[in-house]
Amino acid sequence: MTAATATARTRPMGKSIGPVRRSFAPWLDPDAKPLVEFRGIVKRFGETVAVDHLDLGIYEREFFALLGPSGCGKTTLLRMLAGFENPDEGTVSIDGKSLAGVPPYRRPVNTVFQSYALFPHMTVEANIAFGLKQDRLPKDEIDRRVEEALTLVKLTGMGKRKPDQLSGGQRQRVALARSLAKHPKVLLLDEPLAALDKKLREETQFELADLQQRLGLTFVIVTHDQEEAMTLADRIAVMSKGRIVQVASPAEIYEQPNSRYVADFVGDINILECGLAGRNEGLTRLECPGAGAVILLSQEIAADPGTKVFFAVRPEKMQISLAGPAEPGVNSLYGEVWDIGYLGDVSVYHVRLADGQTVKATVANRTRLVERPITWEDKVWLSWSPDAGIVLTK
Amino acid sequence: MSVVAANPPAPAARSARPGGWGRRLVIAIPYLWLLLLFLAPFLIVLKLSFSTAAIAIPPYTPVFDLGAGWDAFLAKIQEFTTENYAWLAQNSLYWRSYLSSLQIALISTVLTLLIGYPMAYGMARAPAGWRPILVMMVILPFWTSFLIRVYAWIGILRREGLLNQFLLWLGWIDAPLAIQNTNTAVYIGIVYSYLPFMVLPLYAALERMDKTLLEAAADLGSTPLKAFWRITFPLSIPGVVAGCMLVFIPVVGEFVIPDLLGGSETLMIGKTLWSEFFTNRDWPLASAVAILLLLILVVPIVLFQNQQRKAEEAGR
Repeated sequence: MTAATATARTRPMGKSIGPVRRSFAPWLDPDAKPLVEFRGIVKRFGETVAVDHLDLGIYEREFFALLGPSGCGKTTLLRMLAGFENPDEGTVSIDGKSLAGVPPYRRPVNTVFQSYALFPHMTVEANIAFGLKQDRLPKDEIDRRVEEALTLVKLTGMGKRKPDQLSGGQRQRVALARSLAKHPKVLLLDEPLAALDKKLREETQFELADLQQRLGLTFVIVTHDQEEAMTLADRIAVMSKGRIVQVASPAEIYEQPNSRYVADFVGDINILECGLAGRNEGLTRLECPGAGAVILLSQEIAADPGTKVFFAVRPEKMQISLAGPAEPGVNSLYGEVWDIGYLGDVSVYHVRLADGQTVKATVANRTRLVERPITWEDKVWLSWSPDAGIVLTK
Repeated sequence: MSVVAANPPAPAARSARPGGWGRRLVIAIPYLWLLLLFLAPFLIVLKLSFSTAAIAIPPYTPVFDLGAGWDAFLAKIQEFTTENYAWLAQNSLYWRSYLSSLQIALISTVLTLLIGYPMAYGMARAPAGWRPILVMMVILPFWTSFLIRVYAWIGILRREGLLNQFLLWLGWIDAPLAIQNTNTAVYIGIVYSYLPFMVLPLYAALERMDKTLLEAAADLGSTPLKAFWRITFPLSIPGVVAGCMLVFIPVVGEFVIPDLLGGSETLMIGKTLWSEFFTNRDWPLASAVAILLLLILVVPIVLFQNQQRKAEEAGR
């Protein structure tokens, strides 16, 4: 796990390790029925529209992330699934059965709250047993499942403690155990790791992903942390103002964002304003007078020449050099190093172009940094391979 | 009542901390206040309770004369007697008064809790903007004199009072109800007067509670009613205890309400104390009654607090 954590720290990565994970894509199967379905959901709080005509399907055994800035409606969506809010329009259903009018205590879902919401007057065991007692299970079955849940979250022997005797990370595990002990059809996680420090958060992320895979449960997580969503989820729904902007796998979201909003929200990206100039020899040509560049790429764009489009390229996909590329001005930019951000593993070069726009390029620090080959106020070329970037029309 | 001794800081810390004197002064002022206004009168009453009644001014003996010297002081101490306490034990009037007071206090505390809890719950669950107004409304009666409010109840409860007139007008009763000068009137008066002391600590406990806990309970399959008994009520127990103490303790010694609203059947230690003091002018006996009342109240509270602390330590 430590090796995996180290990779994830440098760059957000999907958890598609091994052939089993890669083939898991029920959303591509036209016959597959989603386990959870939101249809035409509208939710208003007074004048504000929190969720605006939203449709979404989540499949069984999927780890699904709702990603967006605060106030985008992601938590409201989760709360409608849990039953704490009711949609003003539309239906939420699980297994094809509508949840309209079903109170939270009769829904086959359980929630891990952001604040954990552990009962302070009960021991860890009593907290976990609380939900099982509501189901009127026999006592030995309750004891067995409490023990099982404690083992699952690696808290065996902590059962007799009270929540205020636990660390933040342990409380988070108790909250998780309390929900998992109920064997829910869908586990909802509302920013479950937000209160943990960075190191613990990353460790817990991998444990959570591992747990989900081992138990084969459906997890829906709400988060504003794109790295968390990338690490954990099979699919991510990027939300903005009560709507879903894009639903796709982490790699797709990162490599093929469908809009400037998604591209900008997930990771760092440089966006250049360009005009569509036409297509020949299988290459689309963009002209970006502001940045002083011509861009050639194979992506086809269904728009008339002259249309304003946006060219987006990730900082880590740019090469920075003092010498010009083979064809200066084609798939390359010229500017001056304005600032350098040294992050240890990588350095981020902020390069100012002729029109004043700043473009970022990341360079991995492969050797120990003694002297920078490129430093402040150097005139540099930034270049990229033809398919490193993507054209966005909105 | 419960004086908690502050742990003296370690000597090293004491010398290292600047402004240690200012800090001690801040603590000393309230302690001095308690010493003067609680402990000194208490000691005077305690001394009185071991004296003998006399037809004199003041109406008891011995009277200490600090100018008379040490030997005179010791001689006076010889005059102390436990006769007053023996009298209390022998005479059934007193222990019946104590028992009746405790009973009335217990019943009215339960009644106040039963009425106060839903009130406090409703206030704590009201929209956040309303809450200050609701709290204000609970405090509002304090702006009128307690005595006047109890007198007002006489106007409501007496034979020709507002309540009887209203019920007669409705046709629910044929003859006026005799409420005034009964224990019922005393209960009404006590519950009315002490309700804010119950509602406010309950409200504080309920309002402070994290509402997400109820969502968590519902999420785990608990109906709202079960969630109340398993989550809300247990978490409000500190408020229940505080409210019950604030009602029970002063009601045991309550004098004004049983005197104004109660009748001859109403036996309360506050009334007994009053008549010993002012009607019989037996200050030593009245003092003994007061000291015994204090013991009756303090001992269970200290025991309760000890047990509470132990439970807390066991939970750690």
